[in-house]
Amino acid sequence: MIPICRLTPRHAVQQWLTRLLLLCLCSLPLHTSAQEAPEATPAQPTFDELVRQLPSGNLRQRATTVEQLASQQDERLADILAALIAGDLLANKDKPPVVAIRNGDTLTDALNGSDLTGTSGLRRIPVNNSLRTQLRGMVAQLNLSHPDRDKRYAAVQRFIRDGVDGETAALLRQHQPSEESGRVNDAIDAALALFDLQTGDRDQRMAAIDTLSGSLEQEARNALRSVAENDEDATLRAAAAKAIESIQGRISFYRFIENVFFGLSLGSILLLAAIGLAITFGVMGVINMAHGELIMIGAYTTWGIQVLFPDLIEWSLLIAIPAAFLITALVGIAIERGVIRFLYGRPLETLLATFGLSLVLQQAVRTLFSPLNRSVTSPEWISGTLSINPVLSITYTRLYILLFGLAVFFALMLVMKRTSLGLKVRAVSQNRAMARAVGVRSNWIDALTFGLGSGIAGVAGVALSQITNVGPNLGQAYIIDSFMVVVFGGVGNLWGTLVSAMSLGLINNFLEPWAGAMLAKVLVLIMLILFIQKKPKGLFPQKGRAAAD
Amino acid sequence: MLTQRLLLSDRGGMLVLGLVLLTTIIVPILNLAVPTDSPLYVSNFTVGLLGKFLCFALLALSVDLIWGYAGILSLGHGAFFSLGGYAMGMYLMRQIGDRGVYGHPELMDFMVVLNWDKLPWYWQGFDMFWFAMLMVLLVPGLLALVFGWLAFRSRVTGVYFAIITQALTYALMLAFFRNEMGFGGNNGLNDFKEILGFDLAAKTTRVGLFVASSIALILGYMACRYIVTSRMGRVIIAIRDAESRTRFSGYQVESYKLWLFVFSAMLAAVAGALYVPQVGIINPGEFSPLNSIEMVVWVATGGRGTLFGAIVGAFSVNYAKTFFTTFSPETWLFILGGLFVLVTLLLPKGIVGLFDRFSRKGDKQ
Repeated sequence: MIPICRLTPRHAVQQWLTRLLLLCLCSLPLHTSAQEAPEATPAQPTFDELVRQLPSGNLRQRATTVEQLASQQDERLADILAALIAGDLLANKDKPPVVAIRNGDTLTDALNGSDLTGTSGLRRIPVNNSLRTQLRGMVAQLNLSHPDRDKRYAAVQRFIRDGVDGETAALLRQHQPSEESGRVNDAIDAALALFDLQTGDRDQRMAAIDTLSGSLEQEARNALRSVAENDEDATLRAAAAKAIESIQGRISFYRFIENVFFGLSLGSILLLAAIGLAITFGVMGVINMAHGELIMIGAYTTWGIQVLFPDLIEWSLLIAIPAAFLITALVGIAIERGVIRFLYGRPLETLLATFGLSLVLQQAVRTLFSPLNRSVTSPEWISGTLSINPVLSITYTRLYILLFGLAVFFALMLVMKRTSLGLKVRAVSQNRAMARAVGVRSNWIDALTFGLGSGIAGVAGVALSQITNVGPNLGQAYIIDSFMVVVFGGVGNLWGTLVSAMSLGLINNFLEPWAGAMLAKVLVLIMLILFIQKKPKGLFPQKGRAAAD
Repeated sequence: MLTQRLLLSDRGGMLVLGLVLLTTIIVPILNLAVPTDSPLYVSNFTVGLLGKFLCFALLALSVDLIWGYAGILSLGHGAFFSLGGYAMGMYLMRQIGDRGVYGHPELMDFMVVLNWDKLPWYWQGFDMFWFAMLMVLLVPGLLALVFGWLAFRSRVTGVYFAIITQALTYALMLAFFRNEMGFGGNNGLNDFKEILGFDLAAKTTRVGLFVASSIALILGYMACRYIVTSRMGRVIIAIRDAESRTRFSGYQVESYKLWLFVFSAMLAAVAGALYVPQVGIINPGEFSPLNSIEMVVWVATGGRGTLFGAIVGAFSVNYAKTFFTTFSPETWLFILGGLFVLVTLLLPKGIVGLFDRFSRKGDKQ
């Protein structure tokens, strides 16, 4: 049995082709040796000469050239080999030929890096499967000695995935003492253990099982499973079964952590969407159905910044945050001064009027830009994944949004509790007449509060532009959820909003696996509806005078 | 006595109902008896459109009944409308029989696609018209009863009620979008063939549905009028104007609200059931919160708190919608949105209030 290599149809075809090729090569001994002879004589061809030799000759010669190349330390080598594997290494028929690397539509000279785009007559340098396998191994070896630790880790992982043979095991053993990264070392341990499990004697296999029980690689589990099921030795079987059990335990632990993280990440998105509403609805008591559209305007601001400053993509989000805050705050103040101030004390009318505004804003965006989604680019630093181990990996986008949501929340908290504006906002919301009597300009404060809430919606839009489609309907998707978060948390209570957003995110995420995305959402809504019946004032109702209305 | 109460003291209502009745008589004649090339001929399209408007008017009536008279703003009436529509749709689907694309004698096409081997239990009985009609009333009525009981009992009022009704219809929309629910998922129910043995594509059936909608509207209007002029109606208005005071006067505020809510939900469901055979499709999009909120705008535009105002509003807003979505679709949402703002800011009593103001001025002179 072959415990490590999963014999997929592709593998089978590859093996078959390799055999066929070997057969062909053996049947032409004279031809090949005749051509090889003059090549061996020159003592040490330079790297450049070797690269120029690549296009000429047949596949067998190419293989030897590649081997010679590998013995030379040259930093251009990795790129050239990778291009050769991918079929992106081109050459023309000149003597000596021009060798170029194709990258999308651009062509660069493989040796001096000059731009060759547009040059004609370049043909792909052919490779076959056995050469490709050889090349892959060499690239992996090159990566194994790469100064970047992530590259080394990826190289070991590739070994584990492709199966470890004696040669790679020797390579790994040779490399291990010089390895200083713990993560890479662990991966090498796992790779060697996989090899031992396959080939070693009983004690070695026992030790390998022990090592593998600490690994979270899929291949480790597969290898252990095949030992646990098929091995003749009962103690080995039992040990492997136990190792699998311990791995499963750790996996389910990491899965749980991952679920919690995704739940919190969803919660932070809800928090961002709802937090502005917690100000306008929670503190001022204004139902702003156009809140979602303010989020949308924030997202479009991000897009606008990227269109206006295409050179500053890396900085676009940082520029967009204050810009979106200002723009949406101004829109919010305009809404408050233009419509809402005439409707204070008539919540249902406010609801309808602001809903009308939301339709107008949506249509305005549709007419001004387009009904289609705009694409917002993610800067380099926000994309990518942080993989903690093979089971648990976290995307940076979600991590940053979680942190950003919390940062916005605490900044808002600070404004409300520690600044003069916050004091006046609270004063007006608690007792308007008394606040006016002591000299607070309540109209002005109303406008500023609404502007603050709207500005935060805009900032939320900047964050949301990184994870959802930026289109005219962006706001609609969040409006009901945001209201639910505020109502669930308790109107007028910022901490309640935080707790409710996070718990709704978690509940939703834990329901999803067994109920499906749609049904989970429906269940959460039903739960909320029932909850509001039970506790109409939310999780953390306001107490005392502020509660009386 | 009853005629006095229902008809004579309600001049605006009589005018509107008179117009509805007139349309009901004239349109079928102009559609069926007049040759197609005559300038007086009313096209099939117009009949269908007017039939749709009549259903919307009935729906607006149900919204006005609870919003205008009891002050309960429901942003989920679209849910009751759609549930009624789905119940009717299920009956119509069962009538297709083995004429579906896959020709299965019992299962709907979408069930065949999902590889179901037998009809789900909740589709049983819908082949009988009386049962389907019962369900049109019972399902939304029961939902309204349970939902309203929970909400009113814990005194969820005003904006909170509006938001959770919106959540209700949103949740139902998401649920009906799921294929596993067994209501056709995204596509909903469509491709109907006949109703009570009449071909749905036939001219006479269309006119029949039009007349039925019109009769339903007139009866619905009478019923609403009966309720709001009764003793119960006066209590309901009292609840709208001063809920606590009514409660302290010894009235069971919750049960008044609850029964009115249930009645209103059933009215909306009837409107939905009449709407579906005329447009030939029902899908989860009907549950969308936007639809529900649009209904409220019909009522606000027409004039809340006057039953005939709801009918006027439904007709005028929907006429405008048809007009603008045909001639310049981009402007429609601007107009609808603007309508929301203008009506709430400038015309709190709607179109009817505008007429009132003029006629009162006339009285003074």
